[in-house]
Amino acid sequence: MQKKIIYLRDTDSAQQDRINDFYTLFSNELRDANLQEPVQLVKIADIGLYEKGITVKILPENIVYSGIKNTDVKRIVEETIKGNKIIKELLYEKKSKQMRAVLKNCGYIDPESLEDYIAAGGYKALIKVLLEMKPENVVEELKKSGLRGRGGAGYPTWMKWNFARGMNSPEKYVICNGDEGDPGAYMDRSVLEGDPHSVLEGMIIAGYTIGSSKGYFYIRAEYPLAVERVQKAIDQAVSAGLLGNNILGSNFNFELEIRLGAGAFVCGEETALIASIEGKRGTPHPRPPYPSVKGLWGKPTIINNVETLANIPKLIAGGGAKFASVGTEKSKGTKVFALTGKVKNSGLVEVPMGITLREIIFDIGGGILNNRAIKAVQTGGPSGGVIPQEFLDTPVDYENLSKLGSIMGSGGMIAIDETDCLVDLAKFYLKFCVDESCGKCAPCRLGGYQLLRILEKISEGNGELEDLNKLKKISYAMQKASLCGLGQSASNPVFSTIRYFEDEYKKHIVEKKCQAGKCKALIYFKIHPQKCKKCGLCMKNCPSSAILGSREAGYVIDPQKCIKCGVCFDVCKFKAVMKE
Amino acid sequence: MTKKDKLQADLEGLVKKWKDKKGNLIMILHSIENIYGYVPRETSLKLSRLLNVPLARIYEVITFYNYFKLEPPGKHNVSICMGTACYLRNADSLIEEIEKILHIKEGQTTKDEMFHLDVVRCLGCCGLAPVMMIDEKVYGKVKKNEIVDILSKYVKEEE
Ligand SMILES: Cc1cc2nc3c(=O)[nH]c(=O)nc-3n(C[C@H](O)[C@H](O)[C@H](O)COP(=O)(O)O)c2cc1C
Ligand code: FES
Repeated sequence: MQKKIIYLRDTDSAQQDRINDFYTLFSNELRDANLQEPVQLVKIADIGLYEKGITVKILPENIVYSGIKNTDVKRIVEETIKGNKIIKELLYEKKSKQMRAVLKNCGYIDPESLEDYIAAGGYKALIKVLLEMKPENVVEELKKSGLRGRGGAGYPTWMKWNFARGMNSPEKYVICNGDEGDPGAYMDRSVLEGDPHSVLEGMIIAGYTIGSSKGYFYIRAEYPLAVERVQKAIDQAVSAGLLGNNILGSNFNFELEIRLGAGAFVCGEETALIASIEGKRGTPHPRPPYPSVKGLWGKPTIINNVETLANIPKLIAGGGAKFASVGTEKSKGTKVFALTGKVKNSGLVEVPMGITLREIIFDIGGGILNNRAIKAVQTGGPSGGVIPQEFLDTPVDYENLSKLGSIMGSGGMIAIDETDCLVDLAKFYLKFCVDESCGKCAPCRLGGYQLLRILEKISEGNGELEDLNKLKKISYAMQKASLCGLGQSASNPVFSTIRYFEDEYKKHIVEKKCQAGKCKALIYFKIHPQKCKKCGLCMKNCPSSAILGSREAGYVIDPQKCIKCGVCFDVCKFKAVMKE
Repeated sequence: MTKKDKLQADLEGLVKKWKDKKGNLIMILHSIENIYGYVPRETSLKLSRLLNVPLARIYEVITFYNYFKLEPPGKHNVSICMGTACYLRNADSLIEEIEKILHIKEGQTTKDEMFHLDVVRCLGCCGLAPVMMIDEKVYGKVKKNEIVDILSKYVKEEE
């Protein structure tokens, strides 16, 4: 028998001794089954889950069972360890509030195998479309499903496709937007790498529906594995007759090609993306004309996000009505989020629309690291906003998030705790947009820079109350007057942090204090004389000789010389250095 | 033959592959960048002749996109992620530390051309934040005090 390791952990924080009894029980069972040799039982300090009862992880298969009772042990030994069978009721994933549709195949099939994809039900939708459906039927199903774009704006997919379908042009294009620009999000990457054929299938169906014979994948060059897998999938599809001329014996022809992004956030914007595929600088153009009228090479074009396209095969195979059975009134289906920041379990999650933020952060994410208090949730990346902790029970859908001043975005979701400074966070996002502004229009180019200067001034302790008004005014002007979505939304992080956390801004401005201790100019280091053991470690490590004193007299920090690098804070073994 | 000379010689092959496709400039620049790590001026000049596009058009594209470089990279490319997840887990302190150790700033190469430092946005492994990447290898959950050891491994390899 193959050697196994079993990790044990009691993920409920309250009960200290339970795990020891459980360990004894488990090892007795193993002994009785004569499995002590090949199976190693280990108690570990962190298994990545929290408040989920006793949890075991069985390696190398990586099976995770949670909420285990003493009576389950015998079954685990018999069925899983001896019999190599998974006990479904105990599986951790089964109980979670996630709902895997887009990510269903990711991690379960070999992404480089067309056979695997087909065995999992792949390309059934394409066959159905080509054999049984007219383009208008596809649009009809999409309309019934209520599917909206997952790339940010949430535009109904059926409308986009229907516009392009109605255009009278011999040349039309389908583009998959795999530029994934939001820093801190990687949903599209995971789909492209984990289940590339599902996106391909979505694109071929799109091509058939709008009457196009050529599609482009636009993928970030920073995702080499995604590019490789998509290319492989295209080659496989060509050999299998799923791409090329007379697909599956029909008279529909379609080919696909990959084009690489080159590190420009603005290229996620439709018109800039088109310019980039055309081999030019990625600067946006005013809309209208919309791409569905005049897009790539001046021809009608639809651009859809990776996740939107990956939804298509299942939607068609199962029917629009089934798709619409999940979600809220105006937002249907599931959404993938990249949950990061200060949560215990960061990672990709796929949830039905309408789940609350609290369920995502606490039930799926396991709550906040070190059990600190949550302050807010950020969604939508640099184009989105923060949602304060009071609104955690809001169901997640397009309308609710935008009512709260944020957006659904492409799926970045970041938990922010009390140790994060929102002025600093706004500055972080704004700096991103200022760096990425293409410079074509003045409101974005100049406005962003001015906002950033004011935020810097505030975080350096030179802010004035009047600055808050200026921030709001400039933000408003940028929203109204910028040429493309980048500039129109660049001020969202500023706007929304002021909306909910004006007090925190005022603390920075009036009291010159940053409670989170992030804004360097507003924090001071001090040595607590009672806690100081006079070891001198801080003085030895201080790079600017700002610590004075001796082993006899103790040490103090000279605020004039201190460069606030925090080294003394980090090295002190007695927590005697304080940040305030 | 130096790398640059070789690039000049290979260029025609590269261009041939893409010549008939519309909007090929960015893809050609990608192939150059992938093999050589940057786009030398001589190459752009030759490319401009082969494709029959003005040099300005080529430079306009190279300078717009972060991915294309005009300067040769260091032997080892150190990228620190400053995406949102990494930022929240104090990636800035890693940057400070590396700048201190190598005496270079973001975007620069050390004098011995050993290391080049880049600050990038989201390497797509936010679960491991803060993330540092040296060449193709990803280091996750990096602590400030581990950096010296990691970098010195690369220096030792060379000796
Ligand atoms: C500055 C900016 C960046 C964007 N980045 C992306 C992106 O990375 N991925 C994406 O799918 N859509 C992005 N979008 C949205 C696209 O312009 C477009 O709306 C979307 O790809 C349409 O697809 P959908 O209808 O399937 O959502 C961005 C928009 C703007 C204004
Ligand atoms: S933010 Fe650093 S890997 Fe995503």
